[in-house]
Amino acid sequence: MTQQPLIEIAHLSKSYRRGDQVIPVLSDITFDIATGEFLALIGPSGSGKSTLLNCIAGIDAVDAGTITIGGTDITTLSEGELAAWRSRHVGFVFQFYNLIPVLTALENVELPLLLTSLSARARQEHALAALTAVGLPDRTDHKPAQLSGGQQQRVAIARAIVTDPDIIVADEPTGDLDRHSAADIMALLRRLNQELNKTIVMVTHDHRAAEAAHLVRELDKGELRVAP
Amino acid sequence: MLLLRLIFKNAFRHRLRSMLTIVGVAIALTAFGLMRTVLDAWNAGVSASSANRLVTRNAVSLTQPLPYAYRGRIRQVTGVDIVAAGNWFGGIYLDEKNFFANFAVEAEDFFRLYPELVVTPAEQKAFLTDRKGAVIGRKLADRFHWRVGDTVTLRGTIFPGQWPMTIRAIYKGARPDTDETVLYLHWSYVDEVMKKTTPRRAGQTGFFMIGIGDATKAAEISKDIDALFRNSQAETLTETEKAFQMGFVSMSEAILMAITVVSYVVIGIILAVAANTMAMSARERLGEFAVLKTLGFPGPTLGLMLLAESLLLSLSGAALAMGLLPAITDAFTKNLAQYFPIFFVSRETMLLLPAFGVAVGVLAAAAPAVRVGTVRIAAAFRRIG
Ligand SMILES: Nc1ncnc2c1ncn2[C@@H]1O[C@H](COP(=O)(O)OP(=O)(O)O)[C@@H](O)[C@H]1O
Ligand SMILES: [Mg+2]
Repeated sequence: MTQQPLIEIAHLSKSYRRGDQVIPVLSDITFDIATGEFLALIGPSGSGKSTLLNCIAGIDAVDAGTITIGGTDITTLSEGELAAWRSRHVGFVFQFYNLIPVLTALENVELPLLLTSLSARARQEHALAALTAVGLPDRTDHKPAQLSGGQQQRVAIARAIVTDPDIIVADEPTGDLDRHSAADIMALLRRLNQELNKTIVMVTHDHRAAEAAHLVRELDKGELRVAP
Repeated sequence: MLLLRLIFKNAFRHRLRSMLTIVGVAIALTAFGLMRTVLDAWNAGVSASSANRLVTRNAVSLTQPLPYAYRGRIRQVTGVDIVAAGNWFGGIYLDEKNFFANFAVEAEDFFRLYPELVVTPAEQKAFLTDRKGAVIGRKLADRFHWRVGDTVTLRGTIFPGQWPMTIRAIYKGARPDTDETVLYLHWSYVDEVMKKTTPRRAGQTGFFMIGIGDATKAAEISKDIDALFRNSQAETLTETEKAFQMGFVSMSEAILMAITVVSYVVIGIILAVAANTMAMSARERLGEFAVLKTLGFPGPTLGLMLLAESLLLSLSGAALAMGLLPAITDAFTKNLAQYFPIFFVSRETMLLLPAFGVAVGVLAAAAPAVRVGTVRIAAAFRRIG
């Protein structure tokens, strides 16, 4: 497998400032993520997994280093450019689903398509197709509160894939789920990776979840290594 | 459209809070409109006055008369077209509580001076030819159910005695601010009775109403008139009708000012309430806005969404107020006609309601909209997750 890497991270550093104190979180991190990879980032709580993921996904800024994705160094983009870039290239899955409570499942999935030039009708067709892909074609009119945690996470995954992004980032996607639902969600993510060739970067501290990934990297004290 | 639906649903997410905000805006704007309408009523005499009319009175005080003989000399001043003598008659119908304004005027010239008092030619002729005739405003006729042909007797206060007169005409106002609650009788009727009963008070009048062709010459003409009578035993003071009316209003200026201030304070209070509602909405949903931003919605779009939400609430309140205000003033008009002869919601006040609705909506949402638009995604997630 000598594929061109999709994501190239070079000498990435980031620290937080709390008053006078400087808290280093990531120090000089360099690694690649290949197209079609399913990477799990593990590590103890507070080790900087979420911070690294947010930087890769373009929702947090780095102090130093470059993140080149599909030929674009996203650390050089303005906030507006970054927002447009995210809407085209990245799908997001969060621990707490983060659906909009006043909208139905279908409307939640349709939301990212408002930033495209699709017609209302095409948007709804795409949203329905995405809901069908995650196994919820019969829950279109349900509000998030009327769905179980596992179902809400499926809707969130449908929302993440509806724009057909290259990359899916997931921060503890099973962190709030029972073991059975968690297994379902992992199976779904693996299918997206294998069948649709989505590159997935997932943060987890659930070893069972990490097993679904091709590659596991462990973050500890700001440094990264391939886990055994 | 989905985005509009989202704005709408968000605006009414906390139904009770949204409803209370809307009702609050509606009540505040209605109160504001009512106070403005009261002020307008107070100032109606001023706004109804014409720049082409002057009033000449005794320089010492309004209660001191002027010799009627001045009339001819005033008429000869360059620029003066019409002169009509007039008196505050001060007659009372049966009881003090039936108060309404009544004046004795030189009717023919008076009607030429006040074209906004509209009378049919037949009624006008009937009034002019009956020395004991009277003309009354439509609202006054409604109040006492008087009709043309009725005989009404006023008890004189300034001019003692019983004064029977026949209603010969009923006038309508040509403008919304024309006072329709006044009774006018003939100046000559009063003067003739005075000649018989109190001759020393005959040949005198309270004031002269003067019509001029060129309103821009008002100051000059006033000066010319007053110069005629300088150093005589009754010096005159001539001013525009507007200045004359304002003299009546000014004694209550402090009250008017207080009402004006309070009307804006009410707007200020509701602005604070609406701002609080929007700040709460923004704070509670910061995580949701961060999610939308993550999905790629630009910060300004999110700020505008919150602004639209705020406007939806404030303009709902304004719409409610625009329905309430005329209904309330109608009720007022029926009960308070004798105190405020002119009581109606002006167009300007009606337009101010949505204008303040927009202002309250925008100002209330300004700070929260900036906060939402500039939310730092990673930091917002840290707060919720
Ligand atoms: N905005 C912030 N301000 C200060 N410290 C922060 C901030 N965000 C994260 N941190 C700190 O950075 C470290 C890494 O956080 P995070 O990336 O969330 O770790 P993980 O996801 O591995 O649990 C933690 O010590 C956390 O307290
Ligand atoms: Mg984390």
